[in-house]
Amino acid sequence: MTQRERWIERLVAAAFALTMLSGLALLAVYGLGGQTQVEGVLLAICLGALGFGIVVWAQELMETPIAVEERHALASQTGPAVSKIMDEEAGFTRRTLLVRMLLGALGGLAAALAIPALSLGPAPGRELFVTSWAPGRRLVDIDGIPVRAADLEIGSAATVFPEGDAGSAQAQTLLIRVEPDALRLSPDRLANAPNGYVAYSKVCTHAGCPVGLYRAPDHMLICPCHQSTFDVLQGAIPVFGPAGRALPQLPIAMAEDGTFTALGDFPEPVGPAFWNLTS
Amino acid sequence: MRLPSRRRPQPPKPRPQSSIAGDEPGASEPRASEPVASEPRATELDRLVGWLDERTGVAEVARVFLGKVFPDHWSFLLGEVALSCYIILVATGIYLTFFFAADSGTVTYDGPYVPLQGAEVSAAFDSVMRLSFDVRAGLLMRQVHHWAALVFVASIVVHVSRVFFTGAFRRPREVNWLIGVSLLLLALAAGLTGYSLPDDLLSGTGLRIVYSVAFAIPFVGPWLAYLLFGGEFPPSELIGRFYVFHIMLLPLLMIGAITVHLGIVFLQKHTQFPGGRATETNVVGRHLWPGQAFRSVGLFFVTAAILALMGGIFQINPVWVYGPYVPSAAASPAQPDWYLGWLEGLLRVGPNWEPTIFGVTIPSPFLPGIVVPTIIFGGLALWPFIEARISGDHRDHHLLQFPWQAPLRLAVGSAVLTLFVVLTLAGANDLLAALLDVGVEELTTALRLLAFIGPIVVALIAYRLAIEIRGRAGRPLGPVGGSVLRRTPDGGFEEVE
Repeated sequence: MTQRERWIERLVAAAFALTMLSGLALLAVYGLGGQTQVEGVLLAICLGALGFGIVVWAQELMETPIAVEERHALASQTGPAVSKIMDEEAGFTRRTLLVRMLLGALGGLAAALAIPALSLGPAPGRELFVTSWAPGRRLVDIDGIPVRAADLEIGSAATVFPEGDAGSAQAQTLLIRVEPDALRLSPDRLANAPNGYVAYSKVCTHAGCPVGLYRAPDHMLICPCHQSTFDVLQGAIPVFGPAGRALPQLPIAMAEDGTFTALGDFPEPVGPAFWNLTS
Repeated sequence: MRLPSRRRPQPPKPRPQSSIAGDEPGASEPRASEPVASEPRATELDRLVGWLDERTGVAEVARVFLGKVFPDHWSFLLGEVALSCYIILVATGIYLTFFFAADSGTVTYDGPYVPLQGAEVSAAFDSVMRLSFDVRAGLLMRQVHHWAALVFVASIVVHVSRVFFTGAFRRPREVNWLIGVSLLLLALAAGLTGYSLPDDLLSGTGLRIVYSVAFAIPFVGPWLAYLLFGGEFPPSELIGRFYVFHIMLLPLLMIGAITVHLGIVFLQKHTQFPGGRATETNVVGRHLWPGQAFRSVGLFFVTAAILALMGGIFQINPVWVYGPYVPSAAASPAQPDWYLGWLEGLLRVGPNWEPTIFGVTIPSPFLPGIVVPTIIFGGLALWPFIEARISGDHRDHHLLQFPWQAPLRLAVGSAVLTLFVVLTLAGANDLLAALLDVGVEELTTALRLLAFIGPIVVALIAYRLAIEIRGRAGRPLGPVGGSVLRRTPDGGFEEVE
């Protein structure tokens, strides 16, 4: 054994010793109650020293000469084609009717087996087009408490839900208060936004994220996911970003006691589009 | 008709011809597993192998297997890093299943993390909190699992890039390329489903986006989304369902694909770089045992060590900071794991086109969320066939190319990687805008342009460079010609050659 080999052997032995020691230390740390960072470092030393030792051993101390292996042609060289054997022994070509019927049978079997998979989800129905908003339902916050006109300053927004469906993912709506004469809506839509209180669906028409940011100075609603920006004053039409449709407006009315009620559901489907959206 | 020869016992297969590449060609050295006649007494190992061999005939298989030659190059280890990550993911993942509750039911959090005490959370979120705060070494295992997932996808991407730029996918390896691309997609799916399980605000928002993009699939979108997610978002079955995807379906598909992937490498023998004694008809390298085997095992432990260190020291996915998922709350800023950033970026820079033609609405996420990824992954999968069609080269290749030897491939690959980088940046456009102190609108517009111009410019440069280097007989760092000057004592210069 040369001097160098002796030295490398000691190095590898030391690495393996380090693995043992750090393993024991890890056990001690665990026993004392554990500490994530220390555990991570000790585990890393334990594994790393082992890996280091093995690699150095293989690299420096093992006889690993460069060898040459011939490649052989990948394609099979002898005997008749497998397809011929398969065909002749089973007699596929002689019984074309049975082969065709067998393929048909397998297709039927596949269909039969696919049917249970259809139970993995219900068929989409009316819920794609409607939400739980209905005429006369009050606007409440996430805890189910009715929202009052006095709760909102000019330039602020609140997340509201239909009474009895607080927290609803589809029916979530933003109630925003702006200066009464600031809204530039058609007269019939303006009638659904009393005294500058206007309500839009909170589900982004792009990818369905909650449109969570309201930039009061320029009256913009911004979706934090993809930065689709909707102009509150102009009926929440998209003015920037990837959204292609306006946020639907919820028709609301203000009651004598300062609470709000919906006059009906959103006039269009809320949330992301799909191909048969308008059908 | 019967072929009698098929049923006849096969003569023992000769050991693959191998010789030591030393000064004496043809000199063969006894291998560890070969029976050595001169050895007087059998060792313990001999007895064990003999016992097994008498019952299975395994010694012959082992001899071929252990003597297999693998070429040596650092870039061939990238796939092994991915395999190591997979093993670590399975090991840490099994551990996590002992503590995780795949249950959307609501519970009140009463653990040691004060800010969330009393909060209504799902049982799944609660179990992740418990695992992170109450189970000793639980947080370490969870973080190692998450880091391993990130490194897993990264090593696959780098491995795919190596295979791509060196032309290792060419005939006869097209099938293994397709399996590799499938593995990349499975890894992405496993990452996405796993990331969703803690039921935190960030992952819930991410799932909402995936669900919405699925809606953009022509006509069957909502049906597919309902089948996949179990109903209208957020469905109560979601956690349980994604749990089955994540711990059963996807890992099973992956281990099947990995087995076939490695089996094909074994059958076809590894590719090698030209040079030395390497030719199209041989493999020059080290025997599997002990040269390659020890290195691979060592590499596994080193990979595991790095992941343990990352899992211990670098925090990842702190779900307690994000809080539980609430459909009406949005996480901001919200970034997905790195490998999905480019898809998020596509959605962010996508145009706001949403035309309704003859009563059919084309959703705005259709182009960036469905069409572009389909083209990119489809192009990736079909590249071996596309390139063979363009180049007209349908021969077998076992020698690798250097990237500049195929200028078109280099240009296309560089363009795709550039697009990936630009889109990943776009996926963080809000953070980037804050960092650069510019408006997010201006930045997004700039990134839209860059997503088109960047790949084209990089492709042209890469193409030009490849032609240049190829023209110099593939010596990028070799002498470039010109003349050598020497300064003369009087301050002038004279040409030496």
